Amino acid sequence: MYDVSIVGAGVIGSAIARELSKFQVNACVIERETDVCEGTSKANSAIVHAGFDAKPGTLKAKLNVEGNALMEKLSQDLDFPLKKNGSLVVCTKEQDESLLDKLLEQSKLNGVPGCRIVEREEMIQMEPNLADDVVKALYAPTGAIVCPFNLTIALAENAADNGVEFKMQTCVKSIERTDDYYVIHTDNGDIETKSIVNAAGVYADKLNNMVSGRKLKIIPRRGQYMLLDKTAGEHVSHTIFQLPSKMGKGVLVTPTVHGNLLVGPTAEDIDNKEGVNTTMDGLDSLAPTSSLSVKDVPYRQVITSFAGLRAHEKDGDFVLGEAEDAPNFFNAAGIESPGLSSAPAIGVMIANEIAEKLGLKENPDFNGTRKGIVNPASLSMDERNALIKENPAYGQIICRCESISEGEILDSIHRTLGARTLDGVKRRTRAGMGRCQAGFCSPKVMEILEQEVPMSMFDVRKSGEDSRIVVGYNKKI
Amino acid sequence: MSQYDLVIVGGGPAGLAAAVSAKDNGIEKILIIERDNELGGILNQCIHNGFGLHTFKEELTGPEYAGRFIEQVKERNIEYKLNTMVMDISADKVVTAMNRVDGMFQIEAKAIILAMGCRERSRGALNIPGYRPAGIYSAGTAQRLVNIEGYMPGHKVVILGSGDIGLIMARRMTLEGAEVQVVAELMPYSGGLKRNIVQCLDDFDIPLKLSHTVIDIEGKERVTGITIAEVGPDRKPIPGTEEHYDCDTLLLSCGLLPENELSKTAGVTLSNITSGPIVNDALETNIEGVFACGNVLHVHDLVDFVSEEASNAGKNAAKYIKEGKSKNSKNVQIHAVDGVRYTVPCTIRPDEMDDKVTIRFRVGQVFTDCSVATYFGDELINKRAKKIMAPGEMEQVILLKSKLAEYPDLKDITIKIEEA
Repeated sequence: MYDVSIVGAGVIGSAIARELSKFQVNACVIERETDVCEGTSKANSAIVHAGFDAKPGTLKAKLNVEGNALMEKLSQDLDFPLKKNGSLVVCTKEQDESLLDKLLEQSKLNGVPGCRIVEREEMIQMEPNLADDVVKALYAPTGAIVCPFNLTIALAENAADNGVEFKMQTCVKSIERTDDYYVIHTDNGDIETKSIVNAAGVYADKLNNMVSGRKLKIIPRRGQYMLLDKTAGEHVSHTIFQLPSKMGKGVLVTPTVHGNLLVGPTAEDIDNKEGVNTTMDGLDSLAPTSSLSVKDVPYRQVITSFAGLRAHEKDGDFVLGEAEDAPNFFNAAGIESPGLSSAPAIGVMIANEIAEKLGLKENPDFNGTRKGIVNPASLSMDERNALIKENPAYGQIICRCESISEGEILDSIHRTLGARTLDGVKRRTRAGMGRCQAGFCSPKVMEILEQEVPMSMFDVRKSGEDSRIVVGYNKKI
Repeated sequence: MSQYDLVIVGGGPAGLAAAVSAKDNGIEKILIIERDNELGGILNQCIHNGFGLHTFKEELTGPEYAGRFIEQVKERNIEYKLNTMVMDISADKVVTAMNRVDGMFQIEAKAIILAMGCRERSRGALNIPGYRPAGIYSAGTAQRLVNIEGYMPGHKVVILGSGDIGLIMARRMTLEGAEVQVVAELMPYSGGLKRNIVQCLDDFDIPLKLSHTVIDIEGKERVTGITIAEVGPDRKPIPGTEEHYDCDTLLLSCGLLPENELSKTAGVTLSNITSGPIVNDALETNIEGVFACGNVLHVHDLVDFVSEEASNAGKNAAKYIKEGKSKNSKNVQIHAVDGVRYTVPCTIRPDEMDDKVTIRFRVGQVFTDCSVATYFGDELINKRAKKIMAPGEMEQVILLKSKLAEYPDLKDITIKIEEA
């Protein structure tokens, strides 16, 4: 019998798991996919929002600001990339400048530090590629960019290292409530648990509605993005937002923490919770929309495009905490933007609520630090040579575009919750994320997985169960 | 820091031929740096025949062709390092490289030849909408899986793009038991060689649909279907022309991009059209003593021309190493207009050029019964009739030093396509 079962190994489930592991608890995370970070956590703007955007008094406003404040320490403790690059919300001459003042006011009410209005002259010094029509901007110095994969993976690894069990490829079918515990029926057996955390992303309504009469409705709101080569990564240095509309924050243009340029997202409400496909209309809309805020984005240098689904709850705010009519069933639902930014704070809030309810004691053995995969590019030549001497695999480049060595890939496979798929290796190391998009390195990464896991070449997958890369030997298909 | 006369970045066909030529022209201390575990580059996976008709007057497979040059390199005791990645090239010709044995190390070179080859345009760069499942491969990746590893990437295949590797893979996948349903090509003409269309598609009844593109990819985990549509002159899909194919594999052969990331670190100026370095008749870039050849310079149609060009680069690098900086001779600009997309080289030095310099180029569309015209200033110097010219095949003009000598005040050469 588990004390806590968390459904969903995205950034929210992982953050809650890690916070819970600060207590003496028998906990597990249930994930339908083969790896952590397979849903919305892997396909978003990769932004740590400052927190001026959400309506004052909402959970979104409170937890965004708290999450932003926690993120820097977390990135040091868990060794994932974060860069406080600051953000600008720009107003064009056609738009209502008073909306910027309103945002500034809101930033103060939300407790966002340091926001101010910048006039065109200063703004252009900060960002020479802003569109000519941009007249003014709100500057938020605490806005940041983060690696969403390594944030999620780091949280999950650290939770696992502190005793939380992860059950992959386990999909919840139904939930049965007995007098004092729950039975979760999955396609991988039954799980008995005293409490449940619902961190099921776009499926959080389905899970909630299995046990609660207070029905949720999650509308998948698709966001499509284009990612540009690192040669375009310095086109802007801050995250450039447009003035928000009722469909969201508009299209942003931002450097990523790894030095690419990201443009997106669109905002389309769709019916299909698996609808992570991009569309021609969606992708085509990004260039004209982004040009309202940033000029001359070099779209010839797009290296990939992708779509993610925001888990938009019909009432608009995060749904957090114990369901009124389902004791010990804790929701972390409706986590759309600023969900990634809020994740550390949501983790603290939900874990503490559970600990109090279940009377959990502090875990004296909790180790809150985790060492990430070494980034050789950050080392001096001497340090790098010492590393290669100790483990020659660090001298062998596998992914040319991102200069990722075999050593990093081996580490990604052999560490806690290690990679078992090409995407798993990619998200942990960046092998395959560069301009050739895994054309050269995927056969090599496949061989490494085959040898190291070890596994049959025919079991090497891109990510999910049906995503095999090769289907048979030559002439034998 | 160790010192070499010449460092050649890349041990594919270009690097090998350059090394042999530099050695034969008197350079002793040469190092070839190759990132893969053997010399030969992409030829190693090109197991079909058709290589070497110009160079060796016989038909060889890719590995055989590479083998001939590897042999020449070994006979000459030219030094090479395998499994070694060049990480950086500085403007003063310090090469930083890395491997398992030597760690990260630096080499000071008197001259450098860039021979890094090219890569394939990826699905992402093509902006094809749809899901992102397994089953989408560049034709070259599929070629590696089938020809080197012995694994089939899928059963039912649609190919987008009619570049040569895509055409070759259409045949290869068919021979290995897959069903290749269609090759769709965005442009109204093929990007590959005519002989490959005949031998790889026509002979196997694989339809080639020109002016078609992929507009949707289905399947969340593995490809389950592809929709293609006809495109208009603006290359946008025409509504109502959609055709759906059930398939598990999409191969992409939509163009090759010279891999010049390292060239950029050294400050080499690149052409917007070829994405390769801008070079003079010695194949020297804007950085003195840094030369380029092969597909890193411009994407070739035949490896024979790569070898010829690389051999030239090797010879010129040798000359530079022995004689130092070339005299500040004047440069004549070569202009590519009216159907000629670019030329390599872009400039020519009448005083220092070889007796004969080959100017290579590609045309921007299919031309039938036209001529290649060469002008010195406004004067028509040469007009050569061609029955057909297509973007998939390289064309050439040969300039003679003796001819240029007749025009001491020449500033511009123009190459264009004219009516016959």
